[in-house]
Amino acid sequence: MRQGLARALGGASILGLLVAGAAACNSTNNNAGNNSANCGYKIAFFGALTGSAANLGVNIEQGAELAVDQFNDKNGANCVTLAKFDSQGSGDVAPGVARELVKDTKILGIIGPAFSGESESADPIFEEAGIPTISPSATRPSLASNGWKVFHRAVANDDFQGPAAASYMKDVLKATKIYVADDQSAYGAGLADVVKSKLGNLVVGTDKTEADGKQPNNDFSVLVNKIVASGADAFFYGGYYTNAGLIQNQLTAAGWKGIQVGGDGVNDPGYAEAAGKAAAEGDIVTCPCSAAKAATGTFVADYKTKWGVDAGVYSDVAFDAANIFMNGIAAGNTSTDKLLTYVSGVNYTGVANTYKFTATGELDPSLVKVWSFKFDADGVAQPDQNIPMSS
Amino acid sequence: MCVNFSGLLHNFGPDTLSGLQKGSIVALFALGYTLVYGVLRLINFAHSEVFMVGTFAAIGVWGVLGYDNNTKTPGFLLATGMILVGILAAMVASGATAMIVELVAYRPLRRRNAPPLAFLITAIGASLTLSEGFGVFTHHDQKGAPRLVAPTDLVVFGNTHIRILDLLLLGLALVMMFALDLFVNRTRMGRGIRAVAQSPDSAALMGVNKNRVIALVFLLGGLMAGVAAVMYLMKIGNTRYDAGFTLGIESFTAAVLGGIGNLRGALLGGLVLGLAEAYGGEVFGTPWQTVVSFVLLVAVLMFRPTGILGEALGRARA
Repeated sequence: MRQGLARALGGASILGLLVAGAAACNSTNNNAGNNSANCGYKIAFFGALTGSAANLGVNIEQGAELAVDQFNDKNGANCVTLAKFDSQGSGDVAPGVARELVKDTKILGIIGPAFSGESESADPIFEEAGIPTISPSATRPSLASNGWKVFHRAVANDDFQGPAAASYMKDVLKATKIYVADDQSAYGAGLADVVKSKLGNLVVGTDKTEADGKQPNNDFSVLVNKIVASGADAFFYGGYYTNAGLIQNQLTAAGWKGIQVGGDGVNDPGYAEAAGKAAAEGDIVTCPCSAAKAATGTFVADYKTKWGVDAGVYSDVAFDAANIFMNGIAAGNTSTDKLLTYVSGVNYTGVANTYKFTATGELDPSLVKVWSFKFDADGVAQPDQNIPMSS
Repeated sequence: MCVNFSGLLHNFGPDTLSGLQKGSIVALFALGYTLVYGVLRLINFAHSEVFMVGTFAAIGVWGVLGYDNNTKTPGFLLATGMILVGILAAMVASGATAMIVELVAYRPLRRRNAPPLAFLITAIGASLTLSEGFGVFTHHDQKGAPRLVAPTDLVVFGNTHIRILDLLLLGLALVMMFALDLFVNRTRMGRGIRAVAQSPDSAALMGVNKNRVIALVFLLGGLMAGVAAVMYLMKIGNTRYDAGFTLGIESFTAAVLGGIGNLRGALLGGLVLGLAEAYGGEVFGTPWQTVVSFVLLVAVLMFRPTGILGEALGRARA
């Protein structure tokens, strides 16, 4: 009797849950009235929202979200939704998260993946699903040679950034002995290799570290000893801001007086936080971007109003990438195939740059730019100079 | 992987110094493991979090006094004062954490005569609880420490710069080790520890309060970890919720290397491990550092299973 009652109750509640679940899933998009801009679709952000390099992903997500909000202000609330996917910046975690993303058929475009390592593992999944991607920050050159039709890069790759960093160290810093290290990541190792090949015999030593935030005990003393012993006056680190900052912290504590140079992965106030502002002052980072605060229009003020902080690296590029997608959707490209064709042939002038993509998805070489930034006494990377493309 | 023996020859001095720095930290950290194992035959996995709590306590106290990672290095007297304050804060925090862990995680199991496996699982559970708990509160962020020691050279031999920090870290390790050794061998409470290590039941029959001795052992390990925590901050300059993890494994390795349960073994094991990692990292590259220390452990245990110095806490000389 008791058993029967229990079974009846259990069965009824399971049935009830199923019905409720089905009802919830059947909720049609309630903006059917706003079809002038083809509402009801989504674009996605895919990148690191947590982890030791999270600042870089958050900058991009916030830039994209600003664009989506402004679009929705004009075209109706929730016209376009920004779906966020946290890959933790890890090439291991990325595939699983990517598979989650492609299950949502409302997502027509992806802003990201933010990092090169996760691009290598997630882009094949996006290619198979046919969802166009625009990465505002993944700079590894080999990403464009995999034959992915969905791949687009909104900034210059490391074949531009690397030589620019090298020529800066040679011509501006006039360094004569340069030590080069990287964190063995797809981005860091790739960039360091390009820099090494351009510096030739100015390189007095090389080393590798573990991935960002994964160095055992954050102890870089072996690397620090090698740098100090080599007499290097400049140190290039291919990697992200947490490791770079910790290394600079320990280099300064060991009495080293040289300048550390990094790529766009180090271009974040997090570097000065990890190193200490005094240690970071004067250090250089490059970026295949101009300063976010040089963005045109009202972007800078709008970002500050919405988020309460200054725009970060690539926030402006992500803003443009989101707008490219949304313009495409509004123009009637409401399937991934049509949006992909649209993006591949787009010629769009945004707040950070003008965008045209080559057949492999690279940014048109005539639109490429690389800037150097210098950390000031407050730990902020200020724009230094536009490095001429020589290569 | 390229082998760089010439680098080792050229940088032998600086590498020896940083190896001794690391070794000093590891040695004090290892004391906690070796004491608890010697007395309870328990691997206290939560000891790495005892260390981590010490680092945050020191940074916290320094923060209250107005020193953060952007403060300029103070002069000698002020720096000495701040270091002492930091050590005190870390010792109190780590010691308290160790005793609380013992009270909450291990004593209930001891009372119920739980099997050794239960202790092991509880130890891991306590470790994860503490580290993930701190992770949530600190948002898994790095926390910077003020630079209290200036990189002033004291003696220079060629490219070897012996600085204040080198002498300070090695000095602290030796002094604390000496103090602990004195305590265990010359005081009444120390005799109690050795008695319980040798034979818990006989010691109880002789009138030793087992529970108090065990609490004392955890406290001592925690105090040593507190000093190690401040030494770590002076060397590395940052901490994080998982700062104890790898160092904990390396320290336990050092304890086994030197002879688990043997106090002097912990010091020897720590210094040997620190040097091995420094030399190994120079020769094979930074990523191979940790590999070198574990290969060394395996090699030593193959030929001398009880570790370099062998004997345990309760036996013979101790």
